Amino acid sequence: MTGMTGEIARFDNVGLRYGPDREVLCDVGFTLHAGHFYFLTGASGAGKSSLLRMLYLAQRPSRGMISLFGTDAITLPRHRLPGFRRRIGVVYQDYRLVPHLSAFDNVALPLRVAGVPERDVVQPVKDMLEWVGLADRMEARPATLSGGEQQRVAIARAVIGRPELLVADEPTGNVDPDMAIKLLRLFEALNRLGTTVVVATHDLHLLQKVPGSLIMRLDRGRMSDPTGALRYPPRRENAQP
Amino acid sequence: MKPSMDDEQVQIPQRPLAPTGGPADPAPRRGGVLGRGEGKLAGWRAFGSGGEGVLVPQARLSGPTPWVIAIMVTITVIAAATGLALRNIANAAALDLAGGVSVQIIEAQAPIRAAQAQAAQKALLAVPGVISARVVPQAELDQLLVPWLGAGMSDGDMVPVPAMIDVRIDGAADGGRIAALRAALGRVAPGARVDAQSHWLAPVFEAMDSLRWLALSMIALLALALAAAVLLSARSALGTHRQTIEIVHNLGGTDAQIARIFQRSMGMDATLGSLVGLVLGQVAVVVLGARFAGLGAGLLAGGVLRPLDWAVVALVPAAAVALAMLTARLSVLIALRRML
Repeated sequence: MTGMTGEIARFDNVGLRYGPDREVLCDVGFTLHAGHFYFLTGASGAGKSSLLRMLYLAQRPSRGMISLFGTDAITLPRHRLPGFRRRIGVVYQDYRLVPHLSAFDNVALPLRVAGVPERDVVQPVKDMLEWVGLADRMEARPATLSGGEQQRVAIARAVIGRPELLVADEPTGNVDPDMAIKLLRLFEALNRLGTTVVVATHDLHLLQKVPGSLIMRLDRGRMSDPTGALRYPPRRENAQP
Repeated sequence: MKPSMDDEQVQIPQRPLAPTGGPADPAPRRGGVLGRGEGKLAGWRAFGSGGEGVLVPQARLSGPTPWVIAIMVTITVIAAATGLALRNIANAAALDLAGGVSVQIIEAQAPIRAAQAQAAQKALLAVPGVISARVVPQAELDQLLVPWLGAGMSDGDMVPVPAMIDVRIDGAADGGRIAALRAALGRVAPGARVDAQSHWLAPVFEAMDSLRWLALSMIALLALALAAAVLLSARSALGTHRQTIEIVHNLGGTDAQIARIFQRSMGMDATLGSLVGLVLGQVAVVVLGARFAGLGAGLLAGGVLRPLDWAVVALVPAAAVALAMLTARLSVLIALRRML
């Protein structure tokens, strides 16, 4: 019950193993509170992407408990998963845009998946593309867009449905430093509206760019809480319980 | 001037989005606007800004699938038409021969044979249920024997040929009816041999039955081959569009939505292929029918396809489309089950 507890997600003793190899994630436990901005850091191969995949319901853990929006996500019946996924926006490092769809159609995809009538799709998508500075590239295919432009389309697609949780996996990995700052501002803007944001990055410089953000650190599959903020999250004025 | 990401304080657009359907979950919602509704993500139909967006590009007739389906449907149409024609031939022949009885008066001396034939004819006509009893004229018998004995061999009793009486009775010539005819002939032609005409053609009917089963088996095998071809095609399409599927899946697309995309895409391929196959198959059937009609053989004349038969043949492409769509749907759903 998100509204009651302010908890967006909770991991308890989560472990993840691919095949017979050792666990890539081991005894991971943390709680994400509504309205906060989190950075997930760690070296390449630390397990950041695996953790995020579990967070956006693309992967089940090998053990442990995951609660999303107050509901046990492990035992969630398959037919209820799409409804939960629509409450989570995801931004990937490699953008994952549908290559043969225009920027407009890529951003419109979540609305169309959800069955929003076409008359209610056009203007929000235009507004969203305008917001990310791509008003003049609506009909462009991804292949004709730069890396930064593609990532902005991906962000617009992730937030068009006003998700409660935005998960970004190395969103600035393929863009220049200036664009990285601009993308972070987009995430901040969404966070100010109450969306919980989790950004995975190995770029420690980005952490200083978002004041008040909380830091989670993964080290060889184990979670650490360097600031203690995961256990004792600070109160935020704009956090909506 | 609208805010943009270049502003110092970026503002996200506030335009409300209309939620559709019920909430995604009974839990209270704050931010999300996407309900539990299910959009019709057509595989080939437009849903783009200008109506040209296509989630799974349709290969149309440029891909191999429609042509594989066209070949399958062509062969199935020919097999179905053959099976129906054989059934018609068998039915017509059975109807024709059901009440037919042949009586042979086997007597070496021609005058006695002729007298027994006349007496037998009278005796047979007196039996209840006998519609007609015709003594086959000697000239007609001689004509029938020419291919085997040559001209003139049966003349003048060089080779004694039995006298034949062609009898028609109402109903089927079963064992009881044959026994009654034999009894009636007992005194006037004790050496007469009585046979149901259907008995002579029993091996022909059995061969036709075998061909009909063969046609049915071919149709079943072709259906399996079609399903296998569609399965391979759907898997190939799944591999090609795996990233798109994962994107739609992670955006909250349901299994049914994703399956529908491929089902419709395959449906389009199957429809195009089936129509081509139907045309080719029907042309082949019509040409073959014309060739057999040209033979002028009595038995084959009964094999003409009737309007109902053509309607059954026309169902073949419809069945192929349904089978292709069902196979595509099931294969995609099974593949999706392997994803979370």
